[in-house]
Amino acid sequence: VPRNYDPALHPFEVPREYTRALNATKLERVFAKPFLSSLDGHRDGVNCMAKHPKSLSTVLSGACDGEVKIWNLTKRQCIRTIQAHEGFVRGMCARFCGTSFFTVGDDKTVKQWKMESPEYGEEEEPIHTILGKTVYTGIDHHWKEAVFATCGHQVDIWDEQRTSPMCSLTWGFDSISSVKFNPIETYLLGSCASDRNIVLYDMRKSTPLKKVILNMRTNTLCWNPMEAFIFTAANEDYNLYTFDMRFLESPVMVHMDHVSAVLDVDYSPTGKEFVSASFDKSVRIFPVDKGHSREVYHTKRMQHVITVKWTSDNKYILCGSDEMNIRLWKANASEKLGVLAPREKAAMNYNQKLKEKFQYHPKIRRIAQHRHLPKSIYCQIKEQRIMREARRRKELNRRKHSKPGSMPLVSERKKHIVAVVK
Amino acid sequence: MAEEWLGVEAAASGGESEEEEGQEDGERRHRQLLEAVSSLSGRRRQKLAERTEASVQVSEFNVSCEGAGEKLVLSELLQPIRPKSALSSVKKELTRVKQKKAVELPLSKEEAKRVVREAAYVRTSKDVGKWQQVVLQNRRAEQLVFPLKQEIATVVPLEQVASGWKARTPLEQEIFGLLYKTQKPITDPLLTPEETASLQAMSLEEARRRRAELQKARAMQSYYEAKARREKKIKSKKYHRVLKKSKRRKALKEFELLHKSDPEAALAKLEELEQLRMQERMSLKHQNKGKWARSRAIMAKYDLEARKAMQEQLAKNKELMQKVRVELPKEEPGDVPEEDLASVTVPTLPAGASETNPWMLGKPSSPAEEPEVQEGLGDVAVPGAAECKEEMEKEEEEMSEEEALLQDFAQKRHARQQRAGSPEGQGEGLAAPGSVGPVCCRGGQTKGGPGGCFLPSLTQLSCSLPPCSHGRCFSPVTSCVGADETEAVPELPGDGPIQPVCAEEQASTGIEQPSQAQEEILLSEQLGRVRTMEDVEALASGEPVEEQEKPAAARAEKQVQQQQEESRASGGRRARKPPAKKKIISLQAMLSGKTQEVQFSSLPVVVEEEDGGIDQRGVITEAFAGDDVVADFRREKRKAEQAAKPQPVNLVLPGWGEWAGTGLKPSAKKIKRFLLKPPPAPPRKDQHLPHVILSERRNIHAAAHQVSELPFPFERHQQFEQSIRTPVGATWNTQRAFQKLTAPRVVTRAGHIIQPISAEDVPDMGTAAGSGAKPALEIAPQRQEQPFRRPRKRAR
Repeated sequence: VPRNYDPALHPFEVPREYTRALNATKLERVFAKPFLSSLDGHRDGVNCMAKHPKSLSTVLSGACDGEVKIWNLTKRQCIRTIQAHEGFVRGMCARFCGTSFFTVGDDKTVKQWKMESPEYGEEEEPIHTILGKTVYTGIDHHWKEAVFATCGHQVDIWDEQRTSPMCSLTWGFDSISSVKFNPIETYLLGSCASDRNIVLYDMRKSTPLKKVILNMRTNTLCWNPMEAFIFTAANEDYNLYTFDMRFLESPVMVHMDHVSAVLDVDYSPTGKEFVSASFDKSVRIFPVDKGHSREVYHTKRMQHVITVKWTSDNKYILCGSDEMNIRLWKANASEKLGVLAPREKAAMNYNQKLKEKFQYHPKIRRIAQHRHLPKSIYCQIKEQRIMREARRRKELNRRKHSKPGSMPLVSERKKHIVAVVK
Repeated sequence: MAEEWLGVEAAASGGESEEEEGQEDGERRHRQLLEAVSSLSGRRRQKLAERTEASVQVSEFNVSCEGAGEKLVLSELLQPIRPKSALSSVKKELTRVKQKKAVELPLSKEEAKRVVREAAYVRTSKDVGKWQQVVLQNRRAEQLVFPLKQEIATVVPLEQVASGWKARTPLEQEIFGLLYKTQKPITDPLLTPEETASLQAMSLEEARRRRAELQKARAMQSYYEAKARREKKIKSKKYHRVLKKSKRRKALKEFELLHKSDPEAALAKLEELEQLRMQERMSLKHQNKGKWARSRAIMAKYDLEARKAMQEQLAKNKELMQKVRVELPKEEPGDVPEEDLASVTVPTLPAGASETNPWMLGKPSSPAEEPEVQEGLGDVAVPGAAECKEEMEKEEEEMSEEEALLQDFAQKRHARQQRAGSPEGQGEGLAAPGSVGPVCCRGGQTKGGPGGCFLPSLTQLSCSLPPCSHGRCFSPVTSCVGADETEAVPELPGDGPIQPVCAEEQASTGIEQPSQAQEEILLSEQLGRVRTMEDVEALASGEPVEEQEKPAAARAEKQVQQQQEESRASGGRRARKPPAKKKIISLQAMLSGKTQEVQFSSLPVVVEEEDGGIDQRGVITEAFAGDDVVADFRREKRKAEQAAKPQPVNLVLPGWGEWAGTGLKPSAKKIKRFLLKPPPAPPRKDQHLPHVILSERRNIHAAAHQVSELPFPFERHQQFEQSIRTPVGATWNTQRAFQKLTAPRVVTRAGHIIQPISAEDVPDMGTAAGSGAKPALEIAPQRQEQPFRRPRKRAR
């Protein structure tokens, strides 16, 4: 359609765009319905989950009663159930090729299972079972080779073909709660132990690299899949810390919004955001470069969220919680699912741009930022705000009444780091 | 004995001190001296047998050392012949041993491990550091498309698929059996044997013949075309008349023949003729409009033949226009109540009256402006209706114009509409209503009846509508405030340049707010749920009530700073104030001067309508005959000027230093002393603008929509204003530019697994460590550089 773009014919571009932006923001809030479905079937709390590396519709989950279930997300139903362990399934991971997966449990075993269900009449049995001496608390598979790592008493690196570890890495004597391979530089490992530290390892030299001790214990960590040296640690002190592994003295960013211990964290495959699961019964999405969350998900029935995953097409979030359910959320709350017509897509992009352009205008910001919270979390937030304020005031008073320079200002980033051990 | 001792002594000394070995002559002399001395005593010593020559039998027991006159000492025998060199090496070794220090204790296990760790860490962080460039590029990238590795969907040739597939079910087998029976090829080339055979059968000779045929046909065609052109160019009327007549006769003959032989075909032909007639009628060729007809009309006065020809023409026209009358539907004429008709007709008008509607003409209305469009619909009816009225009045003299109009419409309208339009045909009086018909009934609901029945309603409308249209004129002005403010904006009867007022005022005045901490809280979490649009709107209008801790924190920090260094803080504060004022951003600042453009756009409307013979301005003046808008405005402006003038402060206290009471006034001196006159206000900004009142008071209604503080990534308010001012919508940008401007930052494809980045995704990873000039990732083609790009907010 030929159009005349003479600006004299189209006056008031800013007010008109402002109105459009306002409408777009309102619509975004109205359409923000992130909850898609709940996968129920577990008979105990969901303790761990794993993504299928090759299939978007498949997800694995392990429960506290030792049961492992494989789910089909498109049908939203369980397609296979295995009684994998006695006691908790502590950790699970899929092999990079997607043909098998590993589980570790409280019964001190590491088991490898086939991904596809057994033929008719065949027994449901693991391919391999490794009996260990101590309890394993976590497992992760190498991204390219037939090597996996378990943690527990120490970090063990195993060859898939052997029943004894290739090497064991120790530094300190406390139990290690989680170990993760770096997805880019695949020889790197990160682990976090209950003596409040995060330790990095190098598999090539089979040596630990560095240890950073935080104020409180770190529960899990996750590497950024697009930035080799960035990882984020979910801490007991309600915060998440994003570190650059080359500069461990202070975190790159402290992400604070949760009001209880953060139990799990997973990066979006684009590496721009991550999702965190917390004991405060909510799931939050943080931009990597922001200190506060852009989104909070909660439902009345969702209890302590133990594990969370971001699907590898960057569209959905899965969280497994105490009350035996796995919930499927949209990563972008107001996104329209399904195929978009070109005009729809253009309109969506335009609205997105407008929202971005006018995001600082008070009316628009107020609408865009509004989130509903359950009363418990809301009150806790308030309480913690008061506590923080009191602490800050006390510090200010101290500083005021002490010799100038005797109480240096410590930045928020440095505050939480106790020491870095070489 | 003495000499013996001496000799032994000498020998021993010689043995021990190896340095004196070289002085044998001295010793001999010494011995001779001793002999000489002993001979002097007289007492001869018993001489031992001295062996002077070599003998075979040499007893080992009496080895004599007679020559030397000394006793043989075993140690002398043990002495090496050349002891000097051997011992020196030993000595060297000895010194070397003495110089060497003791080996230190090995490092403790922890220390050793630590060293290894440190080395490994340095190496690993160097290895990881090679991603730095890539990471930075990706963070800065305008657009990232995931997955990074675009897998290309390879199309497997059909033959391969088919060969790998086997027919199993009976149906499939049957189908395959059929296919094989006809020897349908599965592999390349996709031709049946028959086809290949036919391909082969065509020989070279045949091909040549065919080509020659084609050539001939082409030539014939061009000859024929040339002939036709020539014939067409012949000017002789007689020739053409003859030609036509012959053709007609021929056609008639043919038709009769056809009638006899094949009545159905003849009927079809007749139908065709009827069609032709209809076309002719629609084209209105024989209406005394052509050049020829007009010349005939002039000639007709004098020339009988011409008159005849003209009559013939008219007759023909009549004949053509003759049509079987179709009964009009009963409900159409006047029975319909007027208001109903009006309600129906008015909305259907705009499509037809688009030429008369200035707003439709000037600019295509944007989809977002629904209320305005609605209004537009309302006022659109006016010109059309006015036109109708005019036509009623000036029917007679504007005949020719009308006919032109008719012709115009006739080209467009359908046969059906025409049938309903004006049954009387050539009746000139009825042509006018007929012309109205198409104007009004474009939308299709009413079938454009004789028109006269709803004309009164239209005229009524035309009287009632001007205020509405007037309002419409200003609606863009009022809408400029934004969201849902249109009703809140004061009505200005003047030209309405209220916008600059706000803009100026925003720029000059402002409230200073405590500077927020740079880290923004992204969510405002609350207990209330927002479910519907109304909720959202309520949210927008509500005041931000949640207490924010960060500003408070910042404020408190400031306090402490003040306490610590008071003087500097106060100075700093004073220094900070003016920039804070400057940073106030106004939405309207970007809008200044737009109203002029509105005026401009409305100007041609009036001109055009005057061209069309409609005086809308007259209508407006008629409607507003009572009130003098201009004088009102002037009065208002004067009032505003007065109000804005600074008032003198009266501090006169009667009774101080003099008597006071009823009827007593403070002295002039005192009044002069205590009446404080403020300094004169700076000249008003609207001093030289007669149509404008510039108020410098802050407009709180607009302030709610404005950014009060410079957002983080921006450094100066101009930058921010610039970023707001550039429109991104398709209304202001070409399609391509629009697409570029609105390209999303991250593109993901549904159903595609995004793998972590790997060295293969980044081809220049090895070299990128230093240079990293090439973009690592696929970026949308030719992204336009925006005037101001927001720098990435990333603390590192």
